[in-house]
Amino acid sequence: MSDLLSTSAIWTMVVGILAGACCASVGCYLVLRRMSMLGDAISHSVLPGIAVAVLWSGEFGGWPSFVGALALGGLCTLLIELLHRQGGLSADSSMGVVFSGLFSLGVIIITREARRKHIDADCILFGLIEAVPLDTVPLAGMQIPRAVLTLGAVAILVTAVILLLWKEFKIVSFDAALASAMGLSASVVHYLLMTLVAIVAVACFEAVGSIVVVALFIVPPATAHLLTDRLGTMMALSIVVSAVAAVVGYILAAIFNTSVAGMIAVVCGMEFALAVILGPRHGILSKMYRQFSLSVRIAAEDYLGRLFREEEVLQGQRPAESVPTAPTAGVLIDRFARRYAKQAGWIAQQGESTVLTQPGRLRAEEVVQSHRLWQEFAGGNLSLPADHRHEAAHRLEHIISPALRDELAREIRSYDHGDDLPK
Amino acid sequence: MKSPMVHVHDVTVAYHRKPVLWNVDLVLDDPRLIGVLGPNGAGKSTLLKAILGLVPIASGTVEIGGKPLAKQRRLIGYVPQRESVDWEFPVTVLDVVLMGTYGRLGWFRRPGSKERAIAIQSLERVGLVDLAHQQIGQLSGGQQQRTFLARALAQDAALYFMDEPMAGVDAATERVIFGLLRELRAQGKMVVVVHHDLRTVPSYFDDVILLHRRLIAHGPVASTFTRENLRKCYGGNLAALEMAAEIVAASAPTK
Repeated sequence: MSDLLSTSAIWTMVVGILAGACCASVGCYLVLRRMSMLGDAISHSVLPGIAVAVLWSGEFGGWPSFVGALALGGLCTLLIELLHRQGGLSADSSMGVVFSGLFSLGVIIITREARRKHIDADCILFGLIEAVPLDTVPLAGMQIPRAVLTLGAVAILVTAVILLLWKEFKIVSFDAALASAMGLSASVVHYLLMTLVAIVAVACFEAVGSIVVVALFIVPPATAHLLTDRLGTMMALSIVVSAVAAVVGYILAAIFNTSVAGMIAVVCGMEFALAVILGPRHGILSKMYRQFSLSVRIAAEDYLGRLFREEEVLQGQRPAESVPTAPTAGVLIDRFARRYAKQAGWIAQQGESTVLTQPGRLRAEEVVQSHRLWQEFAGGNLSLPADHRHEAAHRLEHIISPALRDELAREIRSYDHGDDLPK
Repeated sequence: MKSPMVHVHDVTVAYHRKPVLWNVDLVLDDPRLIGVLGPNGAGKSTLLKAILGLVPIASGTVEIGGKPLAKQRRLIGYVPQRESVDWEFPVTVLDVVLMGTYGRLGWFRRPGSKERAIAIQSLERVGLVDLAHQQIGQLSGGQQQRTFLARALAQDAALYFMDEPMAGVDAATERVIFGLLRELRAQGKMVVVVHHDLRTVPSYFDDVILLHRRLIAHGPVASTFTRENLRKCYGGNLAALEMAAEIVAASAPTK
């Protein structure tokens, strides 16, 4: 634990954070354009490019592998388009065909030549973020890891392109047809984005390996999308999510003495799970809460309705059997419902019994009126048999708006007069 | 002589080499409301996309105001089908309407206060200004359609193409939308609308284009929206055209 603050630990985390920021920001567009798998495809397809460049130059990293990977990234995008557009293959199948083919080709080249050239295939597949602090270059009197410089440069490039083309990326991601109709060519933007994806994939490849690149492309943006509905916020949040994954992933890997890259991906997944549970609008908890408050409101209104109908019976306006048997939503919800009704000022305690207040009576009247209107409408205008009417009315009475109440009353009247009868 | 606003000459459109729209000739001019009608799969959206350059044209030419489309994009406003976009996309109503100004801005320039004013004004015209800062997924179908319409207004085009702006909206919204289309016509703009509901055609449109894989008829509602033409459009026999399309698709490319 003590060496978590050592220089090499900090450089490793910086590399993780930089890689995450590059992948997550570009990944937002992939996720929003429903192209997550294209990011996956490109980051795998660059492997043969890297492999050939490594064989040619004899060393891993540097400009040759960068150029080789970029060329393969472009080839991958073109091949997928070609199979999809000309070959009539579905988009997902063409991706599957192209990237698995190219990736395996890369694996074959590397494993065949690895023995002679002292290249470790694992390092390309899984990355070697732990080795980052060992490969340094001197800069301004400091020993800076080469990966930090590469990823730093890529991060600056990505930021610059996204800032410069913010509006273009946004409109093409949202409505490509409109963008093209306006002369902001969607395919130019598409290929620019794919080039960025390839550059980022290659740069991050060395440090974290292909599996984690894919995770960083997709999981932080998907997590951020669950938490916000603004594009800028989504991008910022996705960078934060990936940075947390880089730091926490490194610490957990140190504690459990395991792969840093793998741990980063795992932490990403855990953050996503948290967002699924805790997200403000789409989260499971908030959905459960909304469901619960709705049930409480409905139960409270049912309670009002019952009190109202009992009043009607007491005043002799209706026969006793017009009070339906009390439906109960469960003890807990019923208890909350009474509290809700009391807090809303709908009911008051009068000696032993609970009575409706004036506002409570008004609300109850609306609910009961909605119920009766729907029953009449369903029986008359819709000609539904008696057993089809009550349940729907019971559900709809809580949501029928004043405007709909008026419309129902109007249509029931005109139906009674026979104005709407089919000729 | 002045060139017509839209001149479609002998346009054939094919998907995967299979022609879906045959040899269409159209000359559209003057501020008019024009309905594009035809059964499902008739090629109505395809015609719009071909004129807008969104799908490749297999043969024929399209000219806007006597010039190729690429030089005239500023003149054209487009409202795609509502289902063509993802309404869960993290943008606000105002963001979407602002997109209408992007074409005028061109590459790299960001919308500023002038564009925001245009967007707000467009939202006022469709009655959505109160929802400007809502995320678009929270809107009803009719409100989403009006958002698209506001975006088209922000484009400030001379010529509008709208793909089923009436799909999935209630009767009240439909009347609001058509009120706006009439306003556009009064401002001297031409509006071409893909439409489904035949009952409302006479009250909404000046001209109709009847389409079913080929042009059936084009002209003023009174003389063109006739029982005879509708029968040809909706009941016509397409066996020969279908077979021809299959054969073209199966044959070697000619180019």
